Amino acid sequence: MNERVTRGVITLLVGAAIFCALAASPHKWNFSPTWAYRQLYWDGLLKTVSATGIAFVLGVSLGIGVALARLSRQLWVRHLGDLYVELVRGTPFLVQVMIAYFGIAPLIGVDNKFLVGTLALGAFAAAYIGEVIRAGIESVERGQFEAARSLGLSRTQTLVHVVLPQAVRRMIPPLTGELIALTKESSLLFAIGVMEMMSAARQTGADTYAHFEAYLVVAGLYLTLTIPLSLLARALERRLGSGTRTGVDLL
Amino acid sequence: MITLDNVTKRFGDVTALRDVDLTVAKGEVICLIGPSGSGKSTLLRCINALESPEKGRVRLDNEVVDAGRQDIDTLRGEVGMVFQHFHLFPHLTALGNIMLSPRLHGRPDEAKARALLERVDVADKADAYPDMLSGGQKQRVAIARALAMDPRVMLFDEPTSALDPEMVGEVLQAMRTLAAEGMTMLIATHEMGFAREVAHRVVFMDEGRIVEVGTAQHVFENASHDRTRAFLDKVL
Repeated sequence: MNERVTRGVITLLVGAAIFCALAASPHKWNFSPTWAYRQLYWDGLLKTVSATGIAFVLGVSLGIGVALARLSRQLWVRHLGDLYVELVRGTPFLVQVMIAYFGIAPLIGVDNKFLVGTLALGAFAAAYIGEVIRAGIESVERGQFEAARSLGLSRTQTLVHVVLPQAVRRMIPPLTGELIALTKESSLLFAIGVMEMMSAARQTGADTYAHFEAYLVVAGLYLTLTIPLSLLARALERRLGSGTRTGVDLL
Repeated sequence: MITLDNVTKRFGDVTALRDVDLTVAKGEVICLIGPSGSGKSTLLRCINALESPEKGRVRLDNEVVDAGRQDIDTLRGEVGMVFQHFHLFPHLTALGNIMLSPRLHGRPDEAKARALLERVDVADKADAYPDMLSGGQKQRVAIARALAMDPRVMLFDEPTSALDPEMVGEVLQAMRTLAAEGMTMLIATHEMGFAREVAHRVVFMDEGRIVEVGTAQHVFENASHDRTRAFLDKVL
């Protein structure tokens, strides 16, 4: 409880300091253009949330595949998994989404910016989420695997009934982290013209020159999405991290 | 019932087993003794194909034990194994640990699982998760779990080495009961008193070889090899 109070006080103080610094600055504050564009921000918020949500689900699904590929007994499957992760993690998402929209999409005759952007974001997320899943699976000690196999469980049964139930608990906090990262990464979809939150701020700034206000507002909106997730991640970590079943920590 | 022919197992440059021959009869209790790294664990792990030997052959009732065979999972189920560090499944209760394999093999039997817990004297812990059990209780649950598939043989890989001294006795007692019931058992152990008491034969291993095999009395009191005597002088 004490720690929570301290945290709250510090947050309030820092917030007040930032507010005072901004208020005292020579900038002539004018939030009315941003308020006038509020519909754009609302629509942008919905797009950001839906693109992130769909990309996350896609990322987890593909990520399971990436993780299993990287853990495969087949050398060539493992290499394919490694290659995918290296390619995705080795290039900026901005470049990937450009290639997807201006390169690949026309080839397959797709012109839906939201669709292309979200798919690209999902494919991007899969590389990172795949690594989280792989690390989770590998964090289960080898003895668990051996005990299961020596009881006559097949590889698949061992994975499903012994390894995954333990691994998933350990994956949840870092996966929440990936979701936060993805929320922020989705801002790059502005580059192909998806009208998410970042685009709303750009539009406001371009039309009214109230750039500072527009980006401050959008920063605040991103924080309203990411801070609850980050609190959730911390709570989950506290709850699942210890691995105790006594429940004492929950109170 | 178990035959090892000329088994050799290497890990990189290290030869863990060298040309090991051993025959175990049904109902026999064999204790494997020897210094750490002498190959005791590897020998046990070759019997349920957790390790695959480079050379030689392991047979269980005339079936060749080979990790590549189609029915290896079935065969493994018929070889119970108890590990030094228990390796209970932490997300399942004691009862859940015991029932997992029977359940996945289509013959769940809760009454039998409870009877097994009774047999190793932890019936009251059926619904406890592993992290609520003491080391001795964990190992006894692990023994019950290994028995759940009605194994033809039980392998024990230093089952008491990770236990606090005051808990060794209860685990050895469970093993003693099992031996008295006629279970075929191979036990890698540093508990010389236990080996002397329950083993029909004692195998002394050193540097991957079986140096000496004989009755407990022979090995402990009248060993033919200097190395056996040197080892026993140090540990007894």
